Amino acid sequence: MRVLQIIETAYRATIEEQDDTVVYMTHALHGAGATESVLLRGNAVNYAVADQDASGLRFGTWRQSEPPRIAADVASLLEKHVDVFAVVEDLEERGLREEMLIRGIKTLPRGELAGLLERFDQIWHW
Amino acid sequence: MTEYLLIESRDPFESNDLERYCGLAVQLKRAGHDVALFLVQNGVMAVRGGVRTSGLDLALKANVRVLADDFSLRERGIPLASVIAGVSPAPIEVVIERLAAGCKAIWH
Amino acid sequence: MADRTTLTFLLMDAPFENARTTTAFRLLQAAVSRGHNVNVFAYEGAVALPFIRQRGHANPVHGRDAAQEDHPLPRNWVAELLRLAGEQGTKLDWVNCGLCVDERGVEEAVEGTRRGAPAEFWKMAVSSHNTLVIATK
Repeated sequence: MRVLQIIETAYRATIEEQDDTVVYMTHALHGAGATESVLLRGNAVNYAVADQDASGLRFGTWRQSEPPRIAADVASLLEKHVDVFAVVEDLEERGLREEMLIRGIKTLPRGELAGLLERFDQIWHW
Repeated sequence: MTEYLLIESRDPFESNDLERYCGLAVQLKRAGHDVALFLVQNGVMAVRGGVRTSGLDLALKANVRVLADDFSLRERGIPLASVIAGVSPAPIEVVIERLAAGCKAIWH
Repeated sequence: MADRTTLTFLLMDAPFENARTTTAFRLLQAAVSRGHNVNVFAYEGAVALPFIRQRGHANPVHGRDAAQEDHPLPRNWVAELLRLAGEQGTKLDWVNCGLCVDERGVEEAVEGTRRGAPAEFWKMAVSSHNTLVIATK
């Protein structure tokens, strides 16, 4: 069974959770044997940006020791040979150019989404 | 040919998501697939007669089957008789029927 | 019964926060009532849905005491769907993501639900006829 994980919601409780819980789920399912690809759309195309830094949160003497490292988590999916796509128009709307992105991200025009969906048995939209 | 069920819970006034989602429905339809769009929760705000812009025009023109959850309609005081042409009120059971029939189902 | 359809749902929303919760339970009710086997993987906030310490309360604005208000509690919805499935002889398997339970401190859950890892969701999905993910926003 091939699954397309469409990730649209971005930075939802990522500091509290110390990662994006859908990217986390994608890793966990990969470990369980899933065959998956990821499509980043909407604000989640920002997850493809290489230079994200969420460190430094502190309240009183409490300091976050393990901030989310979303770019690393996305890069790690690529290292596991999980295809990660980002919608071209969503990148452009947000001023994101190719040189800002993690190496290995594949871009896909919105007009080709239907073709992508056809390649998968299940499409889970997050 | 694949059967798709796109479930839209968001309305066109809060964001442009409905229009983009309809765009996907149209793409799939034009590629020869069977596509139904099931509006639920605030997604049914798009179907009240007199609505200025629903974002559904493209989907309706492309003959995407557009359904609106009858409970969500009643909850928002949208009389069944006033639902815009081309949209059919439907019970939530339709989603289960289509899931059980193997539709690729996407919640938005 | 042989060849009974199995449907899997993944829920993410915490109780009392979003219309998605009510819609999700309407779907579960419809699936169970139609005699399907149903799997639910509760992820993130949804692990609080079967938390047994949910309590109703009065409604002073509407002038109703707690009994009159009869506040819906999702834990009762979970219990009722489990009961309905049991009565029909169908399966409702409700799994709470364990790590999500831990961070929220909602270990005490409706009897008949159980704890599992994301890998459990994968097992559910591959053994089902279909899966619907109702993600949070």
